[in-house]
Order: sequence, then structure tokens, then C-alpha cells
Amino acid sequence: MSVQEQTIAHVHRDDIGTRMGMWLFLFTELLLFGGLFILYSIYRFQYQAEFHLAAKELNILVGTLNTAILLTSSLTMALSIAAIQRNKISLSIFFQLLTILLAFGFMINKYFEWSAKIHHGIYPDSDVLLAKPSGEIIFFGLYYVMTGLHGVHVIIGVVLISVMMRLTSKQVITSNNYVKLESAGLYWHLVDIIWIFLFPLFYLIT
Amino acid sequence: MSETIAVNSNGKHPNYIEYQGKHKGLAGWLLTTDHKRIGILYLIAITAFFLTGVTFGFLMRLELISPGRTIMDAQTYNSFFTLHGVIMIFLFVVPGIPSIFGNFFLPILIGAKDVFFPKLNLLSWYLYIFGGILAIISILLPGGPADTGWTFYIPYSVRTGTNVDLALFAAFVLGFSSILTGLNFITTVHRLRAPGMTWFKMPLSIWAFYSTAWVQVLATPIIGITVFMVAIERIFKVGLFDPALGGDPVLYQHLFWIYSHPAVYIMILPAMGIISEIIPVFARRTIFGYKFIAMSSIAIALFGSLVWGHHMFTAGMADASQFVFSLLTMVVAIPSAIKVFNWTATLYKGSILLETPMLFALAFIFLFTIGGLTGVMQGVLSVDIMVQDTSFIVAHFHYVMFGGTGFGLMAAMHYWFPKMFGKMYNKKVSKIAFWLIFIGFNITYFPMFIMGWLGMPRRYYDYLPEFHIYHLISTIGSWILVSGILLMVGNLIKALLSDKKFSEKNPWGGETLEWTIDTPPIHENFLEIPTVHAAPYEYKQNETTVLTNQEVK
Amino acid sequence: MEQIQEQHLEHNSGYGIYILVWLALMALTGVTVTLAGINLGGITVATVLVIASIKSYLVLTRFMHLSSESITFKIFVGVAILFLGISFLLLFSDYPLL
Repeated sequence: MSVQEQTIAHVHRDDIGTRMGMWLFLFTELLLFGGLFILYSIYRFQYQAEFHLAAKELNILVGTLNTAILLTSSLTMALSIAAIQRNKISLSIFFQLLTILLAFGFMINKYFEWSAKIHHGIYPDSDVLLAKPSGEIIFFGLYYVMTGLHGVHVIIGVVLISVMMRLTSKQVITSNNYVKLESAGLYWHLVDIIWIFLFPLFYLIT
Repeated sequence: MSETIAVNSNGKHPNYIEYQGKHKGLAGWLLTTDHKRIGILYLIAITAFFLTGVTFGFLMRLELISPGRTIMDAQTYNSFFTLHGVIMIFLFVVPGIPSIFGNFFLPILIGAKDVFFPKLNLLSWYLYIFGGILAIISILLPGGPADTGWTFYIPYSVRTGTNVDLALFAAFVLGFSSILTGLNFITTVHRLRAPGMTWFKMPLSIWAFYSTAWVQVLATPIIGITVFMVAIERIFKVGLFDPALGGDPVLYQHLFWIYSHPAVYIMILPAMGIISEIIPVFARRTIFGYKFIAMSSIAIALFGSLVWGHHMFTAGMADASQFVFSLLTMVVAIPSAIKVFNWTATLYKGSILLETPMLFALAFIFLFTIGGLTGVMQGVLSVDIMVQDTSFIVAHFHYVMFGGTGFGLMAAMHYWFPKMFGKMYNKKVSKIAFWLIFIGFNITYFPMFIMGWLGMPRRYYDYLPEFHIYHLISTIGSWILVSGILLMVGNLIKALLSDKKFSEKNPWGGETLEWTIDTPPIHENFLEIPTVHAAPYEYKQNETTVLTNQEVK
Repeated sequence: MEQIQEQHLEHNSGYGIYILVWLALMALTGVTVTLAGINLGGITVATVLVIASIKSYLVLTRFMHLSSESITFKIFVGVAILFLGISFLLLFSDYPLL
């Protein structure tokens, strides 16, 4: 190969650099939710009693179930990478599919939880909610915004992993070039970590 | 590997402007992943927004030439200062130097062929344009442009009927663009430095860009989520900040300034990097205290993130909090002062060449010192309570943002213009433009210090007769300033349009890598990645010889 | 290509490790729910947050392979968490805990 043909910007792949970029992106996600956690913590100390009371409205069972689902999906995600490392393509695809199904399970659960709240008249700007003390209005405001934004991230994750499945089946992601799958995995685990904190802060402070 | 490079018949490599890749003509620019072309795209967009912002500022000053109504009503005036602020901050000063010169020169300065994520780089330009368009739409739609000031303070911002949602969304998108640029720069600096270029052999502007990039990545998400929450609160009436729903408006101010104060350092740090680049070249001296300048960039980024509370001394913070933030504000002045001392020490006994970039750089030191020291004054609690929300503050941040970042950007423009375009501007005209800008700047903003000290509030449409003389002087200054800016822009555009080519590799006698490559740079920057052996800015016995610090095999 | 292989080899954890980590995470979830059920009073929040931190640490180091990344990555994560932590700390200087 002549020198002139080699001059295109990225001749060889640099997986470490790609992962570094992904991690930096995850920091922005972390700080994005960080802003919300800051808000939560300040209000939590201003309205301790109200937060306590409002949290009783949330169903611990549903929350715990969703935690288990998300943790398991993190496991299947990690396993799909382990599988591709061992060149077991269909096993990797199977684990990715499982991750997506679990994510759907999480969202369905979330859907029923939100609808139950809305059914009880607890949603932003509703009469039932506005009749409650300020602290509870803030609690449910934060609840909808934080779990909602987290839900959006779950949906993005589903789209991302679906793309990865396609790339794996088209052999773009292979046993020696799987940094894309790794990056999707990193993203998915971050979504999990956010939930690990959301769960106790909303469901377990009764 | 899919592309092969076009080689002209005479064996010369085409420069990045003439390069024909997969896409030709306009598409070759709009779909480019070449960091140099993206830098030029930013340059065009940012210049357009800058001139828009200048227009709003110019009209505001014109309105204030005499008390009472002059050319616009009060609501229009409120919109104008909001738009002036939003455009200048989010579309000009924050992205300015990193997006134009960082994109163009960061890879070249570290001996790389492009940034690490070229496609992401293009995406961040599109996000920038999208954000800019949203901001413009918010002006034009019925409902009227936002009238909250660029700070979007609660509760007014959740109550006003103007197009605040769109302005917030614009800020969110622009923030994202800024994050992607930062992410790209950090990864590039870590992974793509040329062999031999250790951390302490990097040019100082790289240190500045690198520190800035960290602030961009870590602080910008906070403003993202904050404006997102205000928008959610406006649209869905979710209780988050509005005191009527139990929210805490001061908490909004905290979150806003957690980003927006570090943002000040996103604005000024790259300019400081540029100055550190220019001073040794035109003083023909090795930079004094390289490691101190490099480390002070990191220190500024670090401490700059801890001082946001000094914007809120009159908002009713706890005493302990006020004390801590006041103290930290004093501390952050130290690394900035280290830089100023090192620059002046570099100038000492140098053979100073007063070319246009150097004039801008020297003006930077002068104006930034005034802006910085008045900043320390405001860090003192008792003084701040007196000058809070007066035009003293306006004068202070214009000395830092315009006298600092603005002059830094103009210095960079005149320093790198020949390298970027292969054309040379008329030096004589550029110096006249410099003096007009410098004198106009001081006449415009210095009276604001005086009237602010005497009690003239900022953002006021009308004022008492005793402030008339200062407003009059300031408005006249703005005419000089604007004519200087127009002369400068005209001079550069004239150079761009002229047929006279300029192909000297190293017109200023610089010792960093960009001066070792063709003018304008070829598409690939370097045919072979250079190996770096020496630190930058090695001027031994004031020699102007160059190219000694690298070896091309 | 060899270099790339090398970059990845260190990440090659076995399936077993992942399942163990998962079991630990599930167990910690059980513990935190149980503890929240018992009224621990003021330290409830502290307890659940400590457990959440342990869980996050497991996910970060094992699932996200941070333990086998280079020192640069660890410093990066440290800087990000530190930045968030300091923001919390300074903010709370304005909100004295009652």
C-alpha cells in the first residue's frame, strides 16, 4: 500500500479511545441526573414529613420488581458481551434480545404504575395533587420528571441494543471488533445505576 | 481506508479548501468530517451570530442615549437585552474559540490528522445551527421574544407569556453541542498526540482547550437539566421551582450558576490559551513558567467550578455559604494572576514585534486585568451588595467577556488567518481597526463602571438625568467600537476575496507544529505524523529560526 | 490486530463472575427492601444510600469493566463523581441540615 493511500484520518482502530469517549458521554448523563438528584436532596430536607407521607403512595412491590428486572437485564447485557468475546454469535444475539425483552417488561410495569397514579388523580396540575401540601406536590413533580426521564433513557437503550442486534447478525460486530456493543452495554449499565439510586429514594423512604 | 487521496498531476497534495472528497461543492462542506472545514463552518455561523448580537447591543445603547423613549418601547428593550445576552453567551462567546480555532488547530497542534470522532464533530456543528435556528424562531414567533434576561430566573420565567420554551430548548441543544465538542477534544488529546509529544510538551493552548473541555463535559449537563426542568414546569405545570407549588426559586439560581459560572471559564480559558500561544512568538522568547501556565489552566477549571454562589450574594443565602463562596472567589483569582504574571515576565527583555495579533494579545492582558480585578472586588461581600445588579457588573463582565474572550478571539483570528486561508490581510488597516476597537471598547464600557458605582441599575430602560452624561459617552463609544468591528471584518473579507495567494509556511516565526505544514494546510494536515522532540516555544537567544523542534522522517 | 486482541483480552471475564455479581446485586436489593421495612428512623436514608453505592460499585467495576480499564479511566470516573460530590457539598452550605 502506497504512502498516499494511507493518509486517511483513522487507519487503525482505537477501541480504548472509543470507550473513553463513551465514558465521557456517560459522565454527562450522570451529571444530567445529578442535577435532579441535587434538587431531590434539597427538597427532601425541606419537606421531610411530606416526602415520607407521599412515598407511601408508591408501590414498593412494583418498585422492587422493576429493580430486579433491570438488574437482570444488566446481567444479560454483560453476558452478551462475554458471548461475543467467545465468538458465540447467536448466544450473544439471544442475550441482547433478552435484554430488550426485560427492558420492555420494565416499561410495561412503569406504564401500569403511572396509570394507577393518574387514575387516582395524582398527576401534575391535577386538582387532587394541588389540594395536597407543597412538599407532596414537589415529591410527585420530581417523581414524574425523574422516573420519566429515566424511562426515556430506557427507550433509547432499547433502540440502541436493537441496532446492536442487527449489527451482530450482519457480522459487523464480531469477536474481535465489538466495541460498539461494549459502548451500548456501558450505556445500559449506567441506566441501571441511575435506577439503583432512584429506587430507594422514591420507594423506600416511607 | 475506503477513500484514497486525490493527488494533483504535479504531485502536490491539494489543500483542504480545494480537496475533492466523496462529496463535491457545497455538499463537500456540509457533509465534511474534516476538522478544518468544520472549523470554517463554525467561523461562518459564529460570525453571523456575533454580528446579530452586536446589532442588538448597538440598538440598546442607542436607546439609552437619552432618558425616556428614544427608538423603542420598554418591552422591545427587554427583549433586546435578553437576545443580546442569549446570542452573545450561548452562540458566540461559549462556542467561539474552541469551536473555530480548537477544531481547526487542536489536531494540528498535537500532530494529528483529525479529531478522534470526526462524525460527532460534524453533528455538534449541526446541533449548534439547530440551536441557533431555534433561538431565531423564538424571536419571530407570535408571543414575542423571551424577556427574562439570559438567566431565565424563576418565578418570572415560568409566568411570562413570551416564547421562553423555545429559548430554553435552544439553550439545551446548544449545551449538547458544546458537550460533544468537549468530549471530542478530551479523547483527541488523550489518544492522538504525536509520538514524543508528552503532556508537558503540548502547546499551552492545548492545555487550555483540554481544561475547557472538562468543564464543558461536567458542567453543561447541569444547565441542560435545569432549563429542561423549567420547560417541563412551564408546559406540564409540574411543581419543581415555582414557589406557588412549594418550589424554591433560589435553588433554581444555584443550579443555573453551577453551570453558568464554570461557563465563564469555558469562555475565558481558551482565550488565555491563545494569548499564551501568541506572546512568546511575538516576544521571541521562551514562555516563562510553562508548567505554571499549564497547571493554572487546570486550577482555573477546578476552582472555577466551586464559586458559583458569588452570583447570589443578595439572593438570601446562608451566612456560612456566603463566606465560603466569597473565599473561593478570591482563590480563583490566583491562577488567573499566575497567567498574567507569566505573560508579562515573558515579555520582559523580549524583542517585541507589534503585529496585529500581538496588539490584540496585549490589549487582552490590559483589559482582562481590569475585568479580573473588578471581579475580585465583587467577590467581597460588602462591595457586592452595593454593586449587585448595577451597570458596574455589566462593565465588569464586558471587560472579561469582550475585552478577554472577544479580544482573544480577534487575536487568534489575526494570528492564524494566513494559515487558515492562505491569504494575508492588510496589516495597516487591521491595526487601525484594532485601535478603533480598543478605544471604542473603553469609551463604551468604562463609563458603566462609574455610573454603576453611582447606582445606575442594569437592564433599566429609563434613568435619572444625572446618569445622562455617562450613557451619552458610552453610546458614542459604541459607535467607534462598531465601526472598528466592521472595519476589521471588512478587512478580513477583502483579504479572503482577493486573488493574491499567501503560501509562506511560517509568517510569524512560530515554533508550534501548525507552522511546519503547508499554507493552507493539506487535507491530511501531515503526510506523515511528525515526531516531537522538544518543548514548544524554544527561542534560544531570541533566534527566529524555526523548524528546529521537529524532525520529519 | 494483535494489539487489539490484547486490548480486549483483559475484559474477558467468565459467565460465572457475572452471575455471581448478579446474585450479589439481587441479594443487596433484598436487604435494602427489608431494612427499609424495619423502621430505622433517621438512618434509613443513609443505609439505603450506602447499599445503593455498593450496588453501583459492583456494576461499575464488574459489568462496566472499570476494574480492568487503565488508570486514566479510573481517574476520569473519580473526577466526575468528585465534581458531583462537591456540587452537593457546596450547595448544602446554603441549606443547613436541620
